[in-house]
Amino acid sequence: MNKKKNRIKRILLIGNPNVGKSVIFSRLTGVGVIASNYPGTTVEFSKGCVHYKNDKIEVIDVPGTYSLEPTSPAEEVAVDILKNAIKKKDSVVINVVDATNLERNLNLTLQLLKMDIPIIIALNLWDEAHHIGISIDTKKLQELLGVVVIPTIAITGEGIKELISRLDEAKKGSYQYEDKERWHEIGKIVDQVQTIRHKHHTIFEKLSDLTIHPWTGIPIASVILILIFVVIRFIGESLISYIFEPIFDYLWQPVVMQLSLLLNGKGIIHDILVGELIDGKIDFGQSFGLLTTGLYVPIAAVLPYVIAFYLVLSFLEDSGYLPRLAILLDKAMHLVGLHGMAIVPMMLGLGCNVPGALGTRVLESKRERFIAATLMAIAIPCMAQLAMVFGLLGKYGVRGLGPVFLTLFIVWLIAGILMNFTIKGESPEIFVEIPPYRLPYFGALLKKVWVRIRWFLHDAIPFVLLGVFIVNLLYSLGIIEFLGKITAPVIINLLGLPLKAVAALIIGFLRKDLAVGMLLPLGLSLKQLIIASVVLTMYFPCVATFAILFKELGFIDMMKSALIMIGSALIVGSVLNLIL
Amino acid sequence: MKPIELTKMQSGENGKIISISGGYGIIKKLEALGIRPGVDIAKISSQLMKGPVIVKLGNTRLALGFGMARRIIVEPYDKKDSAGVYE
Repeated sequence: MNKKKNRIKRILLIGNPNVGKSVIFSRLTGVGVIASNYPGTTVEFSKGCVHYKNDKIEVIDVPGTYSLEPTSPAEEVAVDILKNAIKKKDSVVINVVDATNLERNLNLTLQLLKMDIPIIIALNLWDEAHHIGISIDTKKLQELLGVVVIPTIAITGEGIKELISRLDEAKKGSYQYEDKERWHEIGKIVDQVQTIRHKHHTIFEKLSDLTIHPWTGIPIASVILILIFVVIRFIGESLISYIFEPIFDYLWQPVVMQLSLLLNGKGIIHDILVGELIDGKIDFGQSFGLLTTGLYVPIAAVLPYVIAFYLVLSFLEDSGYLPRLAILLDKAMHLVGLHGMAIVPMMLGLGCNVPGALGTRVLESKRERFIAATLMAIAIPCMAQLAMVFGLLGKYGVRGLGPVFLTLFIVWLIAGILMNFTIKGESPEIFVEIPPYRLPYFGALLKKVWVRIRWFLHDAIPFVLLGVFIVNLLYSLGIIEFLGKITAPVIINLLGLPLKAVAALIIGFLRKDLAVGMLLPLGLSLKQLIIASVVLTMYFPCVATFAILFKELGFIDMMKSALIMIGSALIVGSVLNLIL
Repeated sequence: MKPIELTKMQSGENGKIISISGGYGIIKKLEALGIRPGVDIAKISSQLMKGPVIVKLGNTRLALGFGMARRIIVEPYDKKDSAGVYE
């Protein structure tokens, strides 16, 4: 055995997609990361730390990969991380193996065993394997592979302690085989260690087939999509009217009012903190101070919908429904040059365009990623913006919301079809593992929702406050008026909006929710509200999304994408102005 | 039975994969998820209008595009449901 062992400085969690690496990561580090029930949740690696024998070891949650010959950017990331770690010689691999799919998972394991890096195996989903009648002789497997194998149930934490405590038993693989013979070797191993008892088909398995069979699947999908919409609005509205609005009206309002009195109701500081009093009172939507509108928009108007959306999305993710929806919509997605799995970044984008843009990494080709990212940025409003649109147009019901969504859908479709025709190259076909349905584990689900909400609070509130600050600054310096005059031909003549809307369009670069909020005091007509909502969605992504897209697409493609967005926003806005 | 393309196999039927007709890239891609000659495969369903085909290999359910499925040559087993999709 190696006597002088290097101290372990880094742990890599490597395994096939959707085997529970991220759950193990959260267990090890206490760092909340997003884990879901579909392949490709982790597209970017996350880092955390674990304490081990008075040492702090870095843990990296590596995106899932089926083999060490990558076929997508997410898989490339995985292989790069592994190669780097091998070079540094201070890392250990925890190879997470799905016990319910031993044969397929061993393909990666056997490739890893040939690498120059110590390995320990976590045989995860142990309970599920047992449940469907698979038993694995871990001792024998350990003997055959020559590395430690520990059964784990990540979701409940079983086996994780043992995994950590035996980390220094990790060693390099000694298993010898010819690459050509890999599957043959795997077959030999599986025959020796795995026994399959009578498999009782679960109700979930039948449900699985019903939801992807076209005759039953499409009606079920329609019902689910409508349900999603209804549930999000119901939760969002209830949270607003029973919790968040009362808090602002009855608790926060008196506090700010006192402050306003203290400041004598005027002056620069008053304007920035409290804003303008409307009829001597604070109007959280219109006063436009940091402590009034600056807090009200992200917390009372947007946060409730963000909570509602992520509750529903997380439930969908953890149940395993998303890949099935992807399969049903695959054919339709080919119209826009994508395949079914592109609905995953689109759905994520509906929450916030930033994770949506990152999510395009599950797509294999550059062409697909360009189309998906551009479509998302043009036609998918984020939940923050949607919440404000609901607030503005909700009272008109279908008459107000219908044209907005219908227009965005048509834009999505036409822009997609045009890009599919004009951008060279072909789109690869869908090729995805369909995970079994799982009942979401409530604790894990809430934790995930919390992680996402924390991101939102973390990212959104500073930007909204900054936005409010900038608006006040621009107004007092007369810049908004100046820009209004320059852009008047476009805004008034083409889009049919009042000059003051230019302020909203400027702030839209920063935060869409705030921008929509700025339409409120303008007293726009229904038609103008519809046009403004659509244009604000389309013309440019917010600055956070822009930064990510820039990184993902590169300078040239981002410029192309931006031109498409601005161009189509003007065209669509003008058309709406003519026909509505 | 005569080997046929996976897309021509009936839903609910089982077969053995005989070969993959394609280049190195596609063979590797399919192989990474366990689709390779000699393996048993069950076709669960397929989407309309040459949409994705849903198959089951061992314990894994996979969806693959029509074009990809066409490259998989299978030999269906004689008796329908000999090893049934669920069993």
